[in-house]
Parts: sequence; C-alpha cells; structure tokens
Amino acid sequence: MPSNAETILETAARLRRDVGGNLHDRLTEAIYADAGKIVARAVSSDEKSNNRNLEQTFDRLVTSRWFGFPLMILLLTGVFWLTIAGANIPSAMLGDLLQGTVYNWLHTFAAALNAPWWLKGLLIDGVYLATAWVIAVMLPPMAIFFPLFTLLEDLGYLPRVAFNLDRLFKRAGAHGKQALTMMMGYGCNAAGVVSTRIIDSPRERLIAIITNNFAICNGRWGTLILIGAIFIGSTAPPALASFIAATSVVAIAILGVIFTLLVSAFLSKTWLKGEASSFSLELPPYRPPQIWQTLYKSIIDRTLIVLKRAVWMAAPAGAVIWLMSNIFIGETSIATHLITFLNPFGLLLGLNGVILVAYIVAIPANEIVVPTILMLTLNMAKSGLAQTGVMLEFDDNAQIQQILTGVGGWTILTGINLMLFSLLHNPCSTTIWTIWRETKSLKWTTIATILPVILGIIVCFLTATIARLSGLI
Amino acid sequence: MTTQAKTISECGSCATSCNTAHLTKLGIKTGGWDYVVALAGNPNTGKSTIFNRLTGLHQHVGNWAGKTVTRAEGAFTLNEKKYKLVDLPGTYSLLSTSVDEEIARDFVLFGKPDVTIVVADATRLERNLNLVLQILEITDRAVVALNLIDEARRANLTIDERALARDLGVPVVPMSARRGEGVTELLNAVESVAEGKFPARAHRIKYADEKLEKAIETLAAELRAEFADLPNARWVALRLLEGDESIIKAVRLNQLGTVKEAGIFPSLVQIEAN
Amino acid sequence: MTLNKLKPGQIGTVKELYSKDSERRRMVDLGILPGTRIENVMPSPLGDPIAYRVRSAVVALRSEQAELIEIEENI
Repeated sequence: MPSNAETILETAARLRRDVGGNLHDRLTEAIYADAGKIVARAVSSDEKSNNRNLEQTFDRLVTSRWFGFPLMILLLTGVFWLTIAGANIPSAMLGDLLQGTVYNWLHTFAAALNAPWWLKGLLIDGVYLATAWVIAVMLPPMAIFFPLFTLLEDLGYLPRVAFNLDRLFKRAGAHGKQALTMMMGYGCNAAGVVSTRIIDSPRERLIAIITNNFAICNGRWGTLILIGAIFIGSTAPPALASFIAATSVVAIAILGVIFTLLVSAFLSKTWLKGEASSFSLELPPYRPPQIWQTLYKSIIDRTLIVLKRAVWMAAPAGAVIWLMSNIFIGETSIATHLITFLNPFGLLLGLNGVILVAYIVAIPANEIVVPTILMLTLNMAKSGLAQTGVMLEFDDNAQIQQILTGVGGWTILTGINLMLFSLLHNPCSTTIWTIWRETKSLKWTTIATILPVILGIIVCFLTATIARLSGLI
Repeated sequence: MTTQAKTISECGSCATSCNTAHLTKLGIKTGGWDYVVALAGNPNTGKSTIFNRLTGLHQHVGNWAGKTVTRAEGAFTLNEKKYKLVDLPGTYSLLSTSVDEEIARDFVLFGKPDVTIVVADATRLERNLNLVLQILEITDRAVVALNLIDEARRANLTIDERALARDLGVPVVPMSARRGEGVTELLNAVESVAEGKFPARAHRIKYADEKLEKAIETLAAELRAEFADLPNARWVALRLLEGDESIIKAVRLNQLGTVKEAGIFPSLVQIEAN
Repeated sequence: MTLNKLKPGQIGTVKELYSKDSERRRMVDLGILPGTRIENVMPSPLGDPIAYRVRSAVVALRSEQAELIEIEENI
C-alpha cells in the first residue's frame, strides 16, 4: 500500500473540511448551468407547436379527476373485448384444423404403422391433443392481446397508469413503481418479478414481488376469457355476450388490483414494516407507436414464446393426464382416485375434484388448466364419448359449456369460483423459480407461493358458503 | 483474456478497404474482442433500441423508465474489428449512491471502455446533459447519440448538432434508432473514437467557486503524480472531496489504474429474447 | 410558498430545497435547483402526485416531496 495514497487521502480530508458541505448541490448546479448554456446555443423551438398542445390536452384528460379512471377502465375493457371477440373465429378454425384434420390424419398414420394402442393413446390422444388444444384456444387471444398491450406500452401510456394509481399504492405502503411492475406482471409474472429490480429498497421490492401474482398473467387470461364467456357472457343476450364477458374479466382484473393493494398494505404493516423510500416517476412524452413494427415484433417475440412454453408444458401434462386416466388401480384409474379423493374439499370451495387435480397438473403453466379440466371431465364421464383420455373436437364455447355443465355438473358458482381461484392461486413454477433466483430466500419464496393459495382457498370458501347459504345455488 | 489492441498503424493500412461500412451482427460472443464500448444514458432514451440495432438482439423495448433492468452484453463487427457492447443501466446521474448509478459509474471509470456512447433524448436535452457532462468528466472517448430526433422534429425543435459537438468536444450523432436513421453514422463515430482518430477535447466543467476549483486542482495534481495513467484526475478529486467511500477505497487499495475486464463484474447478465 | 401550493398551469422558480440526504440528491439530479423554472403540468385524478415540468422533462412528485421545495411564483 503506497503511503502516497494515504497522503492523498489526508489532503482530501483536509480540503474537504475547507471547501464545505453540500458539494453535490454545487456540482450539479455547475453542471446544469453549463447544460443550460449549451442548450441555449444549440436548440431552438417553435413554441406554437400543435403536436405538443394536443398531446398535453390528451395527457390532462387521461389523468383528470373525472375522466382519468373511467378512461383507464374503458381502455382495458376495450382491449379485452377486442381480444375475446377477435379470437373466436381463429380459435374455431385452428380447432378444426388441429383437433380435426390433423388429429384424424395422425390416427390414420399410426394405424398404418400398426402402432400399439397405448403408444397411440399416449402420444396422439395425450401429448398431441393437449398441445393442439392449447394452441387452438390460447394462440389467437394472445396474438391479439399482446400486440395491443405492447402498443399501449410503446405509446407511453403505462407511466400514466402508475401516475393515476400512485396515491393508492402510497396508502398501501408500497413504492410508486410497484404500479409499473404490476403492469409488467399482466404480461408474465416471471417478467414482472424481474422488473421489480427497478425498486431499490429490498423491503418494497419484496412487497412488489409477492403481490405480482395478483396481476393476471398471459397464461391465465385464456382461462378467464373462456370461463367468462361461457358462464357469464352466456347469461346475457347474444348481442351483449362478448361485452358482458369482457366486463367480467375486467372485474376480476380490478379485484386483482384491490388484492395487490390490500396485501401490500398488510405486508407493509406487519412482516415488511419500514420506511417509505424516495419516489420519482418520470412521464415520458407520448411516442406514436410504430404500429407495423410493433405488431411484427410482438407477435414474433411474445406469442411464439408463449407457444413454446405451451408446447413444453402442455405436452408432458398431456402425457400425465392420459397416463393418469389409463393406468388403473383396482377398478378405477389413478385420475378418478385423485378426483374422488379431492372432490369433497373441492366442493367445499365451490369448485370440485376435477378442478383441483387440474390445478395440480397445471403448476408448470396456467394455460393448460382448462384443457386439463375438459379432458378429466370427459374421462370421468365415460359415457360413450369414445375412449378415455381423449378429447372430442370442439368448435365453440357452447359445446364446452355443455360438457362442463352437463357432464361435469358445473354451476355458475363453479365458473365464478374458478375465475376467482385463477386469480388467487400459487404462481406458476417458472415464476416460483424466478422469485427464488431474485430473492435467494427460501422463506420469502415460500411465502410468495403459499400466500396466494391460502387467500384463494379462503375467498372461494366464502363465496361458496355465502352463495349456498343465501339460497342462490 | 482480452487484448485492447488499438493501433493506428493497423488502421492506417486498411484505408482502402474502409470504403463501405461492413457490419456483421454477431449476437453475443464469449471470446476476444478488439474494443469495448459502453452504452450509457438516462432511462427511457431509446438506449435499448440502439443496443438492439447494433447487436441484432431482440430485447423488448417499452416506453417507460426503468425497463432495462439488467446489464446486457452484445457484440458487433465493423471493418473486421470486433466490438463488445455493454448496455449500462439507465441513470440520471453518476453522483448519487443508487446501485444502478454505481454500476454505470464503475464501469466507465474502472472498466475504461474504449468508447462510451451516451444516449440523449433530443426532446429532453437539457436534463439529459447532466449525465452527458458527467461522463465527459470521466472520459474523453465518448460519442453522444442524439436519439429520438424524429420526435424532436415532431415537436418543432431544431437542434444544431454541430454547435453541440463544438461545445461538448465529442462527436454528436443525431439519430432515430427505431427508424434506423443515423445508425451508420453512429458506428462511424464509434470507430473513429475507438481508433483514436477523433481529437478528444471533451468539455470540462468549471466551477465558479474559486476555493472549490483550487481544491480540485490541488488534489488532481497529487493524483496525477501518483497514478500516472489516470485520465480523469479531476473527477476522482471531486469524488474524494465529496467523501465517496468507494472511490476512497479505490485510492487506498491502488485500484484506480486497473483495467478491469467487463466479465469481472459479477452481475453482467445476458438477456435472451424476452 | 412551497411547490405543493402551485396550481395547475402555473409556473414558479425554485428558491430552496428543504429535503436532505437521498431525497435531496434525487431532486437535485433531476435539475430541481435554486433558480430553476418549474411548472405544474397536471395533477393525478386522486390529487396526488402532481406532474411538474422541469428542465424539459416531466416528473411526478408526491405532495410530501413538493412540500419540501420552496418556490416563488412567476407572475
């Protein structure tokens, strides 16, 4: 260690005392003084620029006292409505193709090869059908939703949402930027968890991580949209069905925000108490999104990734479902054993055994919950609907509704509670792993995983009980 | 591991073949490179778009601050020289103590990149200059990417980039990364700075306060005497006067002159698409 | 008067900062310094935070932060 270094440090200490405090202020003042001069020399602006005024008026509108929140909710509802209405026909077409044409072709091909029944079953009826189902049902809504969301993101609207909601987050003891990480979670909770790095304070960051699950991710939208359309949209006249379905999904989303705030408040007053850290949120100028570029990139980037995940997760799950349905212990299949075992608990929660087993199978990826439920329901029925563990071709929601209500015994309570449980269950395995990676804490990862489930169980139990007690069901 | 081989003679020989910019997007490389380029700037200035344009990676870019949450590395080739590009976290300043600012500051100060690209938003230039001017205190070898110039046009702002370049003492490249405008010019500027072809005379902040100015000079002189290859003695002096713990430690442990490999920084993470 | 009293659309000049430590550093980094021009652009629907234009950028500040900034209103 050169003694010269110490000498320098001593000089520094002495000069530091001489020069006085508030150096940061003085430095930055000098910097900005220079900056001001440089800008004055280099930049000239035409004050009467129309664009700025228009944008400012728009900005004031979306953050105004009377129109701010309604516009926000309207915008979200619009996005969901477009997604739901726009995805119907493509889903039907994909369904016809993948579960009809290709499926039949695969069986013909397998028969020509004299493949054994269990291999055909496992690979075609299990693995392939599950994957085909996910693609047909999930891809169209994702291909519409994500580009729309990305356009909003590129436009610069999201910080305005954070701006509108900040007061609520402040009251909940959370960092203002949590609104932004929450937004990110609507795309994917794992990405939302990673984005909490923008929150410096570890305490506030943990709150953001734990509550991110209440932002309904991509994988769960499909379930909500489908169930919302089947059980709630169908109760309305056809002209309004899509709109009502969208509204129900938005209602769940808003409930998710409410839970985010409530759980944040709870955490910040109990397990994660502490000081609020410094806040600043910048509102960047609106940038007109490059629509075609965004559409192209969004469809390629996000949807294909969802697709890949669906294939990686759905394929093994399909195999598991088929195996569960076709391996017998005694007289009944493993699946039936599990379902029967869990059914009482399920009914208590206003759900049923099939749903609970499906949720266990769907821990890797939320997208496959509904197809799993359908497959298991049909297996349980075994009422002349072809072989077990195989799905029929479904063109539209009416058929699905028929299976769930007719064969599965679902009521509107089941539908609603499924939507609630979809909001309030454990994060998917990718997210759990991401939380672990980000926090390196077994304790907090466990809490982040279990807390939502417990909430889900409580809420579903309460709704079921209230519905039954009040004679509604 | 790496050789920061930059020889003027080497480039002098390729004068004839330098006519067309030859850009190869390599994605992420693990092996040797000729130059290290840092990418700094305020949050939400289109830094990530520029990163993608240069390296061909596809991080998704959104329009709100704080989107680049990890440091990404990429690479590109220009005129047969390999450049490693390190995307630093978006920061407003290098003077405060947040983790992001320390990461950015440490990389520019200790990592000694061959070129630092500072991305500025043409529609918010004054605020962006805070970071630009600070970086120019640390390194001469910088290029200012004046991004979102199409947005400035839309807002009826006219920016005289030559006046800017004069005042700042480094190349200023107007560009619109999302439209692909100005990318070639940026690459040319980066190359000329990397190869030492741009006479570096970066802007130096002068302090009106006599006492402060004198204190800085005294300390700077002592620092230059002790650490011969220290290009930014004034900056270090300032940090010492402010009592910056990490700089004090660096002086004490004689780490100032060290060329640290980018790979040594433990949290450099490669971002896969999404 | 303090910044939180500035009405939407009004412009003021910063006179003094009362905040300390990291809060102060953040304000200063954003360019909120004595002599700086600052404009109340718009409040959020719930009244807080408020968006201010300072040095060509728009930043949202909460009322407890704005209370620590002394300004003089520009007439």
